[in-house]
Amino acid sequence: MHLEPVMMKIEEVILESNLARSFIFKTCSERSESKSLEYQPGQFIMLWIPRLDEKPFSISYHGKDFFGVTVALKGRFTQRLHEMKVGEWVGIRGPFGTAFNLNVGKACVVGGGVGMASLAVLIERLEDSVVVQGARTASELLYRNRFKDMLLCTEDGSAGTKGVPTDLLEDLYRHYRFDAIYTCGPEAMMVKVSEFAREYNICMQASLERYIKCAVGVCGQCCCNGLRLCVEGPVLDGGTLEKLEDFGRYARRGNGRRVPIGTYLGKKT
Amino acid sequence: MADRFASLTTRVDLSTELCGVRLQNPTVLASGILGTSKGLLKGVALAGAGAVTIKSLSLEPLPGHNNPIVVGFEAGMLNAVGYANPGIKEGAKEFSNLKEVGVPVIASIIGRGVGDFMKVLEGLWGLDFAAVEVSLSCPHTPGYGMLAGQNTPEATKEIVSVVRKGTELPLLVKLSPNIPEIGRVARAAEEAGADGITAVNTLGPGMLINIEARQPILDFKVGGVSGPALRPIALRCVYDIYKSVKIPILGVGGISTGRHAIEMLMAGASAVGIGTAVYSRGIEVFGKVCQEMEEWMEINGCTSVKELIGAAHAP
Repeated sequence: MHLEPVMMKIEEVILESNLARSFIFKTCSERSESKSLEYQPGQFIMLWIPRLDEKPFSISYHGKDFFGVTVALKGRFTQRLHEMKVGEWVGIRGPFGTAFNLNVGKACVVGGGVGMASLAVLIERLEDSVVVQGARTASELLYRNRFKDMLLCTEDGSAGTKGVPTDLLEDLYRHYRFDAIYTCGPEAMMVKVSEFAREYNICMQASLERYIKCAVGVCGQCCCNGLRLCVEGPVLDGGTLEKLEDFGRYARRGNGRRVPIGTYLGKKT
Repeated sequence: MADRFASLTTRVDLSTELCGVRLQNPTVLASGILGTSKGLLKGVALAGAGAVTIKSLSLEPLPGHNNPIVVGFEAGMLNAVGYANPGIKEGAKEFSNLKEVGVPVIASIIGRGVGDFMKVLEGLWGLDFAAVEVSLSCPHTPGYGMLAGQNTPEATKEIVSVVRKGTELPLLVKLSPNIPEIGRVARAAEEAGADGITAVNTLGPGMLINIEARQPILDFKVGGVSGPALRPIALRCVYDIYKSVKIPILGVGGISTGRHAIEMLMAGASAVGIGTAVYSRGIEVFGKVCQEMEEWMEINGCTSVKELIGAAHAP
């Protein structure tokens, strides 16, 4: 299931927020080749809409006979995907990339925006964790019913604490004394999380996003310095991130041009 | 480990020379695979490659084709990347201080015509490239290579004779396997002043269809064929070229093991390109191929790569 997309039927669409929808696929339906998805939290799949494009998405739902992705509305591709209904077909390839290391004691999970999608299955599999989610505004928060005791913050104060998740880290650490932090979200936020983890000597892992094309480590499109994000990532540990010059600073557009991350929008040129 | 390495270096010499460029071993990262950043080139050098080639640079940035750009099948891979690259100006920034890479770096360049090629060459001035590879053979990018008719003997001669004047670096010309009389194209390149031939680019284009979607899988519909399916064709091309020209050959196409590399050397290549095998065997493929070559050479009483080059041509 790595090099050729397998066509799968959308079994369910979940409206997650103003911006995001989840698309659920069954891994045992008679027309799909895959019996079950060999997946570990943090990995991603490539989703193909024939005659349009193919884009990477973290798996945000996973069970014995199903998996799903949560997709925020961003551009042409996600617009088309959001218009798709139950019963329509898309191509799936994967899963790809590295996974979170689950072998920790107490964990803190810090998600920002649709970055929550890469953390969702991880949260389900962690035995002892505290979860903080940040979003711009209340209507963009994800999985509020799925993870009921999650701490929330919004930039406009419309839900939870007013501010960003990293504002809460110090207090949380004093309370919970966690051994590890997992994070996914805006890269500026993840940089702050990694700095916090370094200061307090806590191990941390972050899931990064780059423009991914082949997803199998041959085209070089998604590179961050000397790493291929599709193979050596998307999940990277604190030690690797500390040495990664591009982290929080640069990303490559579709033509390979390395641009400051603030101006990178996943565009081709 | 140290002992073993010492014993191997005394018994088997993997070093070779390509157009005057000394390589520690004959494995070369083929153009189009991983050559997007200096960091990745360093990684490939650390993994054991004797030299590396950057992803082709054009005059202006090219966005490349939409995804999927790559699809695999039972005998290799199909790709239609469409020469995505940031253009020579950005490329020159990316590939400054190439000495850091640790092995010779070959610049791959593309153009819509001689004007483009000359300007791209100008952009390479002052950078530490060891050689330039001019690709005239891409099967999936409109305006470039095969789709611009650059792969005929006539066009090859015309382009190479001009481009030759644009650089003092060793000049390799990368050919398409699609022409039956590839020796003629190679000779045209040699007569026009090329220092070496890279053979071959991907074959085709080919197509794969997802029958459930009832659509070609590649967004560009067609793409170049690489990997195991290409190997016997690449070998025949190199064998023919070796008979037709005196300049050295960088043999590329389907090589994934030490045996494949030796086979390519025997067909007449002085060094071997590796690309698609990065998918099947990982980035470590370069070191693995070298180790397998050493083992074979030791068992077969062969002490240097030189003895292997063109060995299959012995009467």
